[in-house]
Amino acid sequence: MNKPLERIVNGLVKENPTFVLMLGMCPTLAVTTSAINGLGMGISTMVVLIMSNMLISALRKVIPDGVRMPAYIVIVASFVTIVEMLMHAYVTSLYESLGVYIPLIVVNCIILGRAESYASKNPVIPSIFDGIGMGLGFTVALTIIGMVRELFGAGTLFGFTVMPSIYTPISILVLAPGAFLVLAILTALQNKFKAPSATNIKGDDIACGGNCAGCTGHACSANHMAIAEQKAKEALEMQEKLKAEKAAKAAAAKKAAEEKKGGEVK
Amino acid sequence: MMNLILVIITAALVDNVILSQFYGLCPFLGVSKQVKTAAGMGAAVIFVVTIASAICAVLYNLVLVTFDLTYLKTIVFIIVIAALVQLVEMVLKKVSRSLYVALGVYLPLITTNCCVLGTVLTNVQKEYNFITSVCTGLGASIGFTLAIVLMAGVREKIAHNDIVKSFQGMPVVLLSACLMAIAFYGFKGLV
Repeated sequence: MNKPLERIVNGLVKENPTFVLMLGMCPTLAVTTSAINGLGMGISTMVVLIMSNMLISALRKVIPDGVRMPAYIVIVASFVTIVEMLMHAYVTSLYESLGVYIPLIVVNCIILGRAESYASKNPVIPSIFDGIGMGLGFTVALTIIGMVRELFGAGTLFGFTVMPSIYTPISILVLAPGAFLVLAILTALQNKFKAPSATNIKGDDIACGGNCAGCTGHACSANHMAIAEQKAKEALEMQEKLKAEKAAKAAAAKKAAEEKKGGEVK
Repeated sequence: MMNLILVIITAALVDNVILSQFYGLCPFLGVSKQVKTAAGMGAAVIFVVTIASAICAVLYNLVLVTFDLTYLKTIVFIIVIAALVQLVEMVLKKVSRSLYVALGVYLPLITTNCCVLGTVLTNVQKEYNFITSVCTGLGASIGFTLAIVLMAGVREKIAHNDIVKSFQGMPVVLLSACLMAIAFYGFKGLV
């Protein structure tokens, strides 16, 4: 598979930031009261992600290692400000309904996480596609969660009434507690079907320990590392098993050979 | 005075940062395994959010508004918060060794906590004055501490419970958070 397509598939399916990596939970829970809000948040995050990935990747040889985090934060904050102003000018209603969560894109773990774990190590073009893939994954996830909450919580979809009038909306789903409820059900389903997710890794609830507070990107790469570690561990176990089998076989063969030898000497 | 107490209560209970605003959700889920660490994290948040609210309120009203640079607020605030956390860490190390030992580990975790930036930005958006900003910051961080310590208490208990297999781990934690959010929703009628 060629690189750009691989990055997009990776972001959408394999490492979906919301469903698999469980990153950026704050906006995920806060703005998904309706499908349109989820979509708007997803797209604005995607734009910031693509631009910041591009710039950080372009400057990756210029930014000194010691100050890379402050540098990334400033770059991301600048793009967030640009997006905020554009949204204020062109989609005012969405801007108002997303409110303070637009500037909060700055502290979204996904963006700094991608900057740290991908854009700072890879050339510009793959980084852009990584941003597109991750952004699309985030957008799709947010829209789906938003659609579920809006459909069952208000009986509408993108503002249009779709449920029959006999249906009584479960209005708690569009309130704050409903966000936790939806996510609890989602993670339970992931556990049930053993879908790959940061939440059902053994040993810890979230692979990074959920420290998005400290997630200056390190934690996100730690998230990757934890997943990789578990895979490596499994592989190692597998290898050791194979090795043990091999050793047992070799020992048996040796024994047989020795016996044979012994027999010859005799 | 009564007004300010009301501001603190509103910020702490009615608009609880975690359970109704969803700021700082990640430490809420990540650092809430034990009451002790949760309390440490909460104390560090109270410390930083209150100071950050004060500094950002001054900076916003005296510098950004005066020079008509309010559109730079996101960039300025995040830099101020990052610098502040570093500074607080250094000062604590020099001044109070015991406080540093208690809070030190949690301080670096706070830089990119949306709780800090979220509170500061809300203060500015609602055009609070200096005193109200500080009180909102204090209230919000007390609310954070309350929620995270309660959550840690719940988690310490449910760790030994027999839970349906698919709900073990994160789902049951989120479910408890949901119930707590419903309880906190009751405070809506308070103010």
